[in-house]
Amino acid sequence: MFEVDKIRERFPILKREVNGRDLVYFDNGASTQKLQSVIDTVSNYYKEENSNVHRGVHFLSGLATDKFEETREVIREFIGAEHTHEIIFTKGTTDSINLVASGFRSLLNKGDEIIISELEHHSNIVPWQMCCEYSGAVLKIIPLKDNGELEVNKFESLLSKKTKLVALSHISNSLGTINPIKEFIEKAHKIGARVLIDGAQAASHISLNMQELDVDMYCFSAHKMYGPTGVGVLYGKEDILNEIPPYQGGGEMIKDVSFKKTTYACLPHKFEAGTPNIAGVIAFKSAIEFISDLGFNTIAEHENYLLEYATQEILKIEGVKIYGTSEKKSGIISFNIEGIHPYDIGVLLDKMGVAIRTGHHCTQPIMERFNIPGTARISLAIYNTKEEIDVCIESIKKAKQMLS
Amino acid sequence: MQTIEEIQEEILEDFDMFEDWIQKYEYLIDLGKDLPAIDEKYKIEENLIKGCQSRVWLHAEENSGNIIFSADSDAIMTKGIVALLIRLLSGQSANDIAHADLDFINKIGLKEQLSATRANGLLSMIKQMKLYAIALDK
Ligand SMILES: Cc1ncc(COP(=O)(O)O)c(C=O)c1O
Repeated sequence: MFEVDKIRERFPILKREVNGRDLVYFDNGASTQKLQSVIDTVSNYYKEENSNVHRGVHFLSGLATDKFEETREVIREFIGAEHTHEIIFTKGTTDSINLVASGFRSLLNKGDEIIISELEHHSNIVPWQMCCEYSGAVLKIIPLKDNGELEVNKFESLLSKKTKLVALSHISNSLGTINPIKEFIEKAHKIGARVLIDGAQAASHISLNMQELDVDMYCFSAHKMYGPTGVGVLYGKEDILNEIPPYQGGGEMIKDVSFKKTTYACLPHKFEAGTPNIAGVIAFKSAIEFISDLGFNTIAEHENYLLEYATQEILKIEGVKIYGTSEKKSGIISFNIEGIHPYDIGVLLDKMGVAIRTGHHCTQPIMERFNIPGTARISLAIYNTKEEIDVCIESIKKAKQMLS
Repeated sequence: MQTIEEIQEEILEDFDMFEDWIQKYEYLIDLGKDLPAIDEKYKIEENLIKGCQSRVWLHAEENSGNIIFSADSDAIMTKGIVALLIRLLSGQSANDIAHADLDFINKIGLKEQLSATRANGLLSMIKQMKLYAIALDK
């Protein structure tokens, strides 16, 4: 049986106080807290195993390499990819998208089109703008409906022979919308376009299977999955990863280097120039194991319960408006209170020990769409509790009272 | 006219009276509410201070060697801090503003307002006030 108290014990930071109150951490969309096992693995790596990977013939290098590659295999299984070499380690989602966008620009011609959506995080907008600027390709935008869902019909009308790539997020970090990506992928594939999915907000909340989704590329960050910062994944189908030229040049990504001609290593090393975040990658495995052991059914059950309860309670506060009311929704509640700036709510909640995020959440186009300066955002994780929601709601009421 | 230092002392005394953060923040909120409205014509892009989650408009003009500030913000807490800065600097000589040592912010326990994300705003605000003073100094 799922016992949230047992889960909480595994996250040491949850015991701390902030501003004299027990911490209520509701900024999981930005970054989740870390498991003791992740912290221990990082620390143990430096104490017992530290060495560079793929390089030395000596014992420690072999050990580090084995552990590093173990994580790759664990991730392959976790996301249902066909091959282990389709898993590329990066610094994070942003890095993964930039890797693709910077390579993709040489595969594009003037007039080709890339489709993204109005609800993307800036990291799934700006790299494509840069890519278009360089290649002469054109960026097309799928618009949002009032409830935070994407206009699927508009997407269909944007698709054409010119479409080379569709880049969408799986879950909106500002609105919580779970996009029907399978449907988008099928439609894009019908006209021969490739699809990249930004799964930063999805990977710790819903079960993934790359082969079932038939997605071409998928990105996520370890730090939003109870794992370390500075580690991310780019999954790509073998054929597309072979097509995309290398991102960075350097050690480890080459086959042969000479001043006449350098040839590149095969996958995944082609995209992993330089010394990676070895400790982080190794520790990421502990986070994946935690998620897998819990299972996505348990995770969804608990997080959906919290989402429903929090939504219901927050709507009882007069003047509250929630942005993002899609039918399929993840544990993210973006809201404003009439006549109050979200920043003021955030500052006062912080004084009461409740950590939420305020602002545009790196999604300025969404804020423009709804004509608001930003929102206050609660984003949930597996270790959150009903009691924490109660504390948060009381704190919002208190803040509202102070501000009115 | 009191000097900037004297006003800082006064503000410190005001804040000394508060027993907890709630009183302090309520005071800031009240200051924000009481801040005289800025002339709408100054709420323009050029007067916006960047680097703030909330928007802050700052206008400055010179009046016989002294600098008069007016400002507004869409967040009330920010407006409260702006009000403190205006109480401190508005009407002072350009030279005094440019050289003012504004250590009161730490002392009144609003240091968290200075943490990188938030205060960028506050620091930019102070910097902008000083820049206006230097620019308008005749
Ligand atoms: C939807 C989405 N995409 C991309 C990112 C960027 O992730 P990272 O900062 O880990 O590169 C985030 C995280 O803020 C996100 O929520």
